[in-house]
Amino acid sequence: MFVNRLQRLGADTIQTVAGLGRATLMLIGAVFGKPDVRKGFPLLIKQLYVVGVLSLLIIVVSGLFIGMVLGLQGYTVLVKFGAEGMLGPLVALSLLRELGPVVTALLFAGRAGSALTAEIGLMKATEQISSMEMMAVDPLRRIIAPRFWAGVISMPLLAVVFTAVGILGGHLVGVDWLGVDAGSYWSAMQANVDLYQDVFNGIIKSIVFAFVVMAIALHKGFDAVPTSEGIAKATTETVVTASLAVLAFDFVLTALMFGG
Amino acid sequence: MQAREQWMERILSDLMVDIQNLTFSRGERLIYDGMSMQVKRGQVTAIMGPSGIGKTTLLKLIGGQLKPERGDILYQGRSIPKMSRAELYQTRKSMSMLFQSGALFSEMTVFDNVAFPIREHTKLPETLIRTMVLMKLEAVGLRGARDLMPSELSGGMARRAALARAIALDPQLIMYDEPFAGQDPISMGIVVKLIRELNNALGLTSIVVSHDVPEVMSIADYVYVVAEKHVIGEGTPEQLRQHASPLVQQFLKGEADGAVPFHFKAAPYADELMELL
Amino acid sequence: MNTRKIEIAVGCFVAIAIGAFLILALKVANTGFAGSGETYTLYADFENIGGLKARSPIKVGGVVVGRVASIELDKTYYTPRVRLEISKQYDNFPETSSVVILTSGLLGEQYLGIQPGFIDETVHILQDGDVIEDTRSAMVLEELIGQFLFNRN
Repeated sequence: MFVNRLQRLGADTIQTVAGLGRATLMLIGAVFGKPDVRKGFPLLIKQLYVVGVLSLLIIVVSGLFIGMVLGLQGYTVLVKFGAEGMLGPLVALSLLRELGPVVTALLFAGRAGSALTAEIGLMKATEQISSMEMMAVDPLRRIIAPRFWAGVISMPLLAVVFTAVGILGGHLVGVDWLGVDAGSYWSAMQANVDLYQDVFNGIIKSIVFAFVVMAIALHKGFDAVPTSEGIAKATTETVVTASLAVLAFDFVLTALMFGG
Repeated sequence: MQAREQWMERILSDLMVDIQNLTFSRGERLIYDGMSMQVKRGQVTAIMGPSGIGKTTLLKLIGGQLKPERGDILYQGRSIPKMSRAELYQTRKSMSMLFQSGALFSEMTVFDNVAFPIREHTKLPETLIRTMVLMKLEAVGLRGARDLMPSELSGGMARRAALARAIALDPQLIMYDEPFAGQDPISMGIVVKLIRELNNALGLTSIVVSHDVPEVMSIADYVYVVAEKHVIGEGTPEQLRQHASPLVQQFLKGEADGAVPFHFKAAPYADELMELL
Repeated sequence: MNTRKIEIAVGCFVAIAIGAFLILALKVANTGFAGSGETYTLYADFENIGGLKARSPIKVGGVVVGRVASIELDKTYYTPRVRLEISKQYDNFPETSSVVILTSGLLGEQYLGIQPGFIDETVHILQDGDVIEDTRSAMVLEELIGQFLFNRN
């Protein structure tokens, strides 16, 4: 009984490690493959559109609402201490350091990550990937690499847009609606937000999340069992695994950046 | 001098694909056990057998997508499993495979699908590519459908479009995976005609994997019947009809019960019924 | 045709992102003195730094002239030593200047204030690496209240 469980644990571990190994190899294959600019660039543009531009709407809307909620909640707490002047830094810092990169990554995993997994899983199920291989075209380079890089480029851009829109949302509620002084909203923000410490670290976070989410989404799609259940399962797994990985990485990065 | 002779021999040899003692298993399940077969240049060679014996697997082995456990696969005298990745990709440019589903790229039009291998492997100007694509589409009778997306095609049309893509770069070997499965009689007739005509007109070598007996018998020059991990019968369609093996006869005539039993392997029926009592 | 539309959309996307980044960089964050601008270093010893932290601003008459680079404890006297990074733009503080730890508002952050001293022929101008002698420590609220109560008796 006990030995059986031990064996199961061992088998699961081996499988997980093997999966991670395959994912890493795939990632390396995609990242370090010599890019062909003439053919690769139009593919990248197309994927930037699919992955980035089409995610813009959800990012802007959620950024606006999250900024507005932060403005409202922050105001009700700060006004008790007569410190509503600190609303600007509160909104800006929470968005720049945490919410911007993290929520963008979560939304991105749900919006673009799952779509990519399903798309690649379906390509596999309909033998498109196999047939590409038989045409002597490397599917890693033709399918995986442009999507990967499009994701890695899009995510920080989306996170920056999310943060900026969120800060404007906080302004909308805090200043225009609740009557915090506009001057103090911006000046307190400027006094407390540092370009390197806060803005750049947020962007670095978001780049790391982009690598994590894209690697998981593409690997799950490429590794999916090529049936409809297999693809459905892979899509769900992408969202769950990518979200958890983003949160875990967020903790590690936060500890490294702001904990010391 | 010797190397040159070998080279000449390879070029002149009329063997396109030579499978020697192939053993392959997927997971625990043994699929092929020491199987051998030869495909001659310029012929249509058919591989028949019941479903689930890994006919598609065989094509993937020839294409180098899977590696055999033992045995060798020679393509124009060179071993496919021993090739490096770069060599394999180079070799694949001269072969082509028509997948059962067609496997057209769903995000491109029919035209772009056919143009895809040309654009990937050559640097021809767009006007020339256009001419080539239209010629290939004309050959399969789909020139008018060039601006449709694959989702707008019927199953038979998709397969013909895929065929146009497969011959886009004028390969030497073309492998058909179940080209007749799930086709209505008319499109089946079209595909049969196309396989035969393309083979003769372009000087191709064709491998057809199928279990549709009459169609295969009508176009193949040489037929292998595969079952139970081995080749159980081979020969021209004429020879095969006279074949002594009951297994081959059962397969060709489509009898429900015979050498291949109707029942999946199980304990004796009476015993199992008694168990419940 | 189609490719063109996609390219325009991607171009807009990148432009929006760059715009958002410029908002963050110019309107939200202070570009500060960290790293980029030319600075020089001064030191000051205090008895008590209160709530002063690395990166706290240094102000002269309310204008930010630099930032606290680091705070260490002197091993011999056990007093805190503060390293000040001041913009090269403001490089003529005389050695008679004094440094005070001040608080912005009752609950606000603490910052360093420099009060420039007088200048005559015998007074040197502070150079990179010099120590400001005249310092006044942070006002600790508990001590202040204690003193007040003690004096009344």
